Amino acid sequence: MLSFLARRIAAALGTLFLSSVLVFLAVQALPGDVATQVLGKDATPDAVAALRGQLGLDRPAWERYADWIAGATHGDFGTSLVSSRPVGGEVSSYLGNSALIALVTVLFAVTGSVVLGILAGLYRDRWPDHVISTAALVGMSVPEFVVATVLVLCFSVALPWFPAVVLYGPDATVGQLLPAVWLPALALAVVMAAYIVRMTRTSVIDVMAGEFVTTARLKGLSTWRVVTRHALPSALLPTLHVIALNVAWLAGGVAVVENVFNYPGIGKLMLSSVQNRDLPVIQAIALISAVVYVVCNLAADLGAMALNPRLRTRGRTR
Amino acid sequence: MTTLAAAPAAARAWRTLRTSRTAVLGLAVVAVHVVIAVLAPLLTSYDPIANDPAQALLGPSPEHWAGTDQYGRDVLARVLYGGRYALGVSVAATVLTVALGTVIGCAAALRGGLFDDVLGRVLDAVLSVPSVLALLVVVTALGTGPAVIVLAVAVVYVPQVVRVVRGAALAVVPADYVTAARARGEGTWSILRREILPNITDVVYVEFAMRASWVVLLISSLSFLGFGADPPTPDWGLMVAENRTAITVVPMASLAPIIALATLVVGLNLAADGLSKAWGVDRIREGS
Repeated sequence: MLSFLARRIAAALGTLFLSSVLVFLAVQALPGDVATQVLGKDATPDAVAALRGQLGLDRPAWERYADWIAGATHGDFGTSLVSSRPVGGEVSSYLGNSALIALVTVLFAVTGSVVLGILAGLYRDRWPDHVISTAALVGMSVPEFVVATVLVLCFSVALPWFPAVVLYGPDATVGQLLPAVWLPALALAVVMAAYIVRMTRTSVIDVMAGEFVTTARLKGLSTWRVVTRHALPSALLPTLHVIALNVAWLAGGVAVVENVFNYPGIGKLMLSSVQNRDLPVIQAIALISAVVYVVCNLAADLGAMALNPRLRTRGRTR
Repeated sequence: MTTLAAAPAAARAWRTLRTSRTAVLGLAVVAVHVVIAVLAPLLTSYDPIANDPAQALLGPSPEHWAGTDQYGRDVLARVLYGGRYALGVSVAATVLTVALGTVIGCAAALRGGLFDDVLGRVLDAVLSVPSVLALLVVVTALGTGPAVIVLAVAVVYVPQVVRVVRGAALAVVPADYVTAARARGEGTWSILRREILPNITDVVYVEFAMRASWVVLLISSLSFLGFGADPPTPDWGLMVAENRTAITVVPMASLAPIIALATLVVGLNLAADGLSKAWGVDRIREGS
């Protein structure tokens, strides 16, 4: 089991290394480097060359990559071209705000969708299943910005319960942001829940048809006990990966929703830094998202291992 | 196990459609969207990009069924024409993505070994970058325009298609007829085309329908964010972005493109659901 764990973590680190290289290369491919961005289009070639030398941009790419990674591991991502503040501090204040949304979203989406998915699975092809499955189908068929817009129409315009836009900057306190968190979180939760509901429903149906469930029933156990003690642990196993993937998806999903609500989070920073070609910020966000993705996947694998003893001895998960 | 002849394939498709009401319903919805997009000039007499300031921000009326937007453009006309951009770009992007993903996925399953391992790692690394960010970077580097969007979507979604197809192909690779083909000395490409591909067409078709629904969503989100269709173009995502600010005055101007977008994606999802159920492809699991 320990060797499985070690292999899994090594694989995660390998993926992370590769993604950091990819991110670095992709940002290098963007037209215009930091020197030309700082000096603008009218700068003389001499001035650009001088600044390049000053910033160390004339060194080979691998050296700059090594520098960047070495800095990143200490939380030093360079300086933002737009605000001239350290990228690390800037990104972390936006990231904190997004974490607030993510927390609420995951809480709502995961608990809600697992419960709905189990209900749909247990009442297969009866009315609760039809209602839940149809809702899930619609949920996965509308983009986040549509859900967000409809929510604004309902709960900011028709019923003025929540603010439609956030007027605070990235340094707002949790108390200031709290009223504005619910609608973006709900919009993300609707989209996210749709996939988890479907996965949970399918795996509950699969498991309930299994022989060990029939045996448990024949032993005379109550339905409640059969479902909670025998069926659910196996049924939730495949769901775990879908949840992990969806949590990782949040990193990109927030971009759209935060923009609708003008919420000062990482998604909004992502968009504005792409618009302004703020390369150090783009690199930092991409790397952080990659870390989130890898950690979520690792967590799902370890969770699956905890739930399924057979996985602990199997060498490869794929 | 050679390529399916056209006649049995058509007969099989017909059988599938007869048994799956969901698939028929979904495909019908998509077909209606295609017909509307093609016949848009016949269905409305308004020009989708002509401004008419005197007619700005009108509610639904007999002249403008869905009202007008802030520039006085007929919303219904823009919705009808909007399908052209959405369908055109999405279909091109999906075809490219699924074709590339299928070839690479089959090759990975067939070759195995180091090639498969390295590919798996690289794809994992690509997947770890949020798709919206990857898309934005590609669009920023290469500029907007339908061709760039198609390419950007391919970059984002090919890794996922590769994973699904590789999984399906792995089930076929150990079969005796593949071993026989190898023993005959056939090349990778020929085995891929004549032995593997015909046996995973179900998975590829379901993947196509499912992927198309995601591509439509992704492209509309991109337009909404201002990185997709350029402003006068009639596009649903762009329309929602433009008309959102006036949502209290003319809610129909935002709702009409939303309805169009949602029905198209519901149609694609129903088709994917129906086909996967009829063919026994585990769509939900494939999707993860």
